[in-house]
Amino acid sequence: MGEWRATNAYMEGPEISSISHVTISPSRHNHVPGYSFPLSRSSYSVISAFCTEDNVPQSISYLNQELAVLGLSMCIEASSAEGASLKAVPVLNTMYELLQINKRNMCALEEMEKEQLKKLSTLEHIQISNSRLKDQLELSMREKSGLHETERQLQLKIKTLQSCLKTEKEEVQKLQSIIASRASQYSHDAKRKEREAAKLKERLSQLLVDRKERKLAIDVLNSLGRSDGKRSMWKTAKLSASHESEMYKTLLGDYETSRKALILENAELKKVLQQMKKEMMHILAPRQQSTSGATAADDSQEQVESDEEKAGNTSREAFDHSCELAREQLLNSIRQQWRKLRNHVEKLDQVSQVHNQMESNKETIPLETHEDEMERMRQEVQQCREFIHAQQQLLQQQLNTSFDDETAALLNDCYTLEEKERLKEEWKLFEEQKKNFEKERKNFTEAAIRLGREKMSFEEDRAAWLKNHFLNATPFANRRRYSSSDGQSALSVRSEPEVRMSSAKAKRSKSPTYTTFSTPKPSRSSPVPSTTELYRTLRLLPDGSCSKHSNRGRWLETSTVEEGHPQIKSNLQARAEHRRRKNRYYRSALGKRKRTNTQRMSSSSNLTTMKKAVQQLRFEASINRVKVSQAAVDLQQFCLQNALQDPLLTGVSSSTNPFRPQKVCSFL
Amino acid sequence: MNFSEVFKQSNHLCKVSPDGKYLATCVQYRLVVRDLSTLQILQLYTCLDQVSHMEWSSDSLFILCAMYKRGLVQVWSLEQPDWHCKIDEGSIGLVSSRWSPDGRHILNTTEFHLRITVWSLCTKAVSYIKYPKACQKGIDFSRDGCYMALAERRDCKDYVSIFVCDDWHLLRHFETETQDLAGLEWSPNGCVLAVWDSCLEYKVLLYSLDGRLLSTYCAYEWSLGVKSVSWSPSSQFLAIGSYDEKVRILNHITWKKIIQFEHPATIDNTKAIVYKEVDRRPAVVSDELSLHNITMGSTLFSTQSKYEICPLPVQIPVVKPEPDRANPKIGVSVLAFSSDSRYLATKNGSFQVQSLKWHCSGDSVILLGKDQLCLCYMDTDYEEK
Repeated sequence: MGEWRATNAYMEGPEISSISHVTISPSRHNHVPGYSFPLSRSSYSVISAFCTEDNVPQSISYLNQELAVLGLSMCIEASSAEGASLKAVPVLNTMYELLQINKRNMCALEEMEKEQLKKLSTLEHIQISNSRLKDQLELSMREKSGLHETERQLQLKIKTLQSCLKTEKEEVQKLQSIIASRASQYSHDAKRKEREAAKLKERLSQLLVDRKERKLAIDVLNSLGRSDGKRSMWKTAKLSASHESEMYKTLLGDYETSRKALILENAELKKVLQQMKKEMMHILAPRQQSTSGATAADDSQEQVESDEEKAGNTSREAFDHSCELAREQLLNSIRQQWRKLRNHVEKLDQVSQVHNQMESNKETIPLETHEDEMERMRQEVQQCREFIHAQQQLLQQQLNTSFDDETAALLNDCYTLEEKERLKEEWKLFEEQKKNFEKERKNFTEAAIRLGREKMSFEEDRAAWLKNHFLNATPFANRRRYSSSDGQSALSVRSEPEVRMSSAKAKRSKSPTYTTFSTPKPSRSSPVPSTTELYRTLRLLPDGSCSKHSNRGRWLETSTVEEGHPQIKSNLQARAEHRRRKNRYYRSALGKRKRTNTQRMSSSSNLTTMKKAVQQLRFEASINRVKVSQAAVDLQQFCLQNALQDPLLTGVSSSTNPFRPQKVCSFL
Repeated sequence: MNFSEVFKQSNHLCKVSPDGKYLATCVQYRLVVRDLSTLQILQLYTCLDQVSHMEWSSDSLFILCAMYKRGLVQVWSLEQPDWHCKIDEGSIGLVSSRWSPDGRHILNTTEFHLRITVWSLCTKAVSYIKYPKACQKGIDFSRDGCYMALAERRDCKDYVSIFVCDDWHLLRHFETETQDLAGLEWSPNGCVLAVWDSCLEYKVLLYSLDGRLLSTYCAYEWSLGVKSVSWSPSSQFLAIGSYDEKVRILNHITWKKIIQFEHPATIDNTKAIVYKEVDRRPAVVSDELSLHNITMGSTLFSTQSKYEICPLPVQIPVVKPEPDRANPKIGVSVLAFSSDSRYLATKNGSFQVQSLKWHCSGDSVILLGKDQLCLCYMDTDYEEK
């Protein structure tokens, strides 16, 4: 802003000088206004002659005129008549306007200068290029003149060569004519010479003959006989005739032989021809059926004709080989056939061409599909090959290990190998289960045996006790007691046959437990077993029978399960446990009954036994008991829980099914 | 193999009789006849001068000894040693003497081919045939000995006279369409006469026995023409060897060319086997060629040299004809058919082969070179292919 003010201050001075100054060095003014300021100051002092205090109005009017000329409507007015001071606003406005104009002008000037510079450079460039082009022009002109020169020379050469050629041609012609003339001359001379020679020879021979030389003779001791032994004959017309005839004979013989050979050849050719005809007809026959009616009729007619001709030919052949008619007909028929064949071939060609065109239009897409198909087929073939290869490898392995029966058997059905292994595992498991069951059964039987023994001892004890009781009792007092005891004994007796009956029943059922049980030995007096033991054994007794029953059932179950899935195993075990628990329950129930029985039997038993009973009862009370309903609910719950995994209910998925139908491999 | 002692001979006069029993050799003026089986001298004849030509008669009974210098011919009989015959041509001179096919006549050609004198040994008769033509092969007897064809030149025109050899009766006399007849040859069956022009023109004319022109064959014009002509033994083919180093074969029905064999400088035919003499001067092997394109392998027989199979292609040395010399050494000069007409041996160019002869079995060739003799066997298994 300071600068701006400075310039403003400066602009208040005379503009013209500043403008003139600006035109001299616009860049300086633009860029270093600070520098120009003092300079203009100094100039101000110099050109202060323009406006003095005396001529203010004149200068104002002058300035106004100038401004009007510049096209500015504003004018500077003196604030006072004397014009010592100016009105600031219009002056400032004009100043601003002037500045604007100046700036614009400056800008325009700058641009123009730039333009000028550019134009200068382009001018320079153009001048350079111009000079270069001038050089080139000169060069090409020179070349052109050189080429002109060479062309001229070449044309000259051509001219000379043409003239040479002409002369050469003329020469050749001349030479040819010379040669011809020479040849004719030569032949003429040769003939002349030959004639002369002939004449000379003639003359010589004549001379020689005329001289009749002595030497020219044959001197033979005695003339020889002819080689053929015949006498030579006189030269007569007859002889010459015979010579002629002989010659003709030889000629005839020669012709005969050649004719024979030709006939033979002809016959062979005819044979070939006939064969060809036959084959041609054979070829042409199916065509006639396929072609349209008119042509077919024509062809058939021709066929008939040719057939007739053929027959004629063959018949004639038999008579005369060289019959011209036959030959002509043969030729005609061959020509016909040939024509037919040619037509046929042409037709075929046309058809094939049309077909090809059609095909070429049509077959573009099918070809692609065909290729695709081919590709697919190839892939399939490749797969099949791989498959076959794998099979072969397996076979090879089998062959290699055929001595091992088991593996061979395994490999024989390689598809069921896995399944077999799985089944084997299952089998093992089942075996183990079976063993367990066996063990359990054994335990049960052992327990039953023990129980039987204990029972026996108990019986013995009872017998001993009864005996004691009987012996200890007084005859009278004891009688009632006895009776009562008798009643008791009767009761006991009654109970005894029951036992016996049961034993008999047991005998009938042939259970080992009962057999042991049914052979009591009253003589043996064993110590009374503890009630706990007894009860345990008693409890075990029905358990044994029941276990047997349950065992049987379980066996049934296992037998059904065995074919099933290994998943059943846990299920089964759980069930078995349940059953055992149930059995225990039954046992306890049975034990109670027995206990009451024994209590009844030994109503007045001693303290120890009572104590034992108490002990037993306590023990029993300590046993955790489960109600049947609860057990049943448990069972049901378990079953429902595992129902999803039961293959008998849900079925077996094909992926895990070892017995799924085998895939059939077939080649395409 | 046994070798006899070396017999003396002169002028290469050493000939086996046609029946193969006797061997006649001339030593200066003496004629020695030996038995071939024993090689013992049967007869010894003394001629009047040094013998320049000697020839057996066809029946092997007589031997002709010609002394061209003296113009004399002496005939000797094998059966009657004291029989003798002397023919004197006198001052007219003698250039050639030969037997007629029947062995009872002698044909003497006088100097300048003035005439041919036919001397009969049976009747002592003499007959003259005038105007014989001095050419390459101006006289030819048919194979059966019945007819003789003679080239004549009268009034600057060529004629052919056919004589019956029996009594020298002129059977036919006709003018030929040749510029300058060079030779004539009977077909083996004696019915066709092949006549060819001189080398300046390629022209082969075929006349029947009765003088009719059967055919004319001309392969090309202007350049040098026929060099050699040969009939196949079956009379079915006529092989023409020419200066353009080609052999053309005509058939006997249409007298048209059926095939043409070339003689390339490099043999690269895969069927060809080329044997080359190694130790001595190479390039003795003549050209290979056969009618059925089966190339014969040449096995050359020589004591010192061996022959190797050359790997194909083989470059055969070629002589460039000298333009400023007459009778250039190019072209097919020798043609030889095997006896069964299956093979054809040819000699092309300037090979040092004097003659080519097939063995009668048809599977071997005798090559007579300038200084050696070659026997070329052909593998018979090879030809079965």
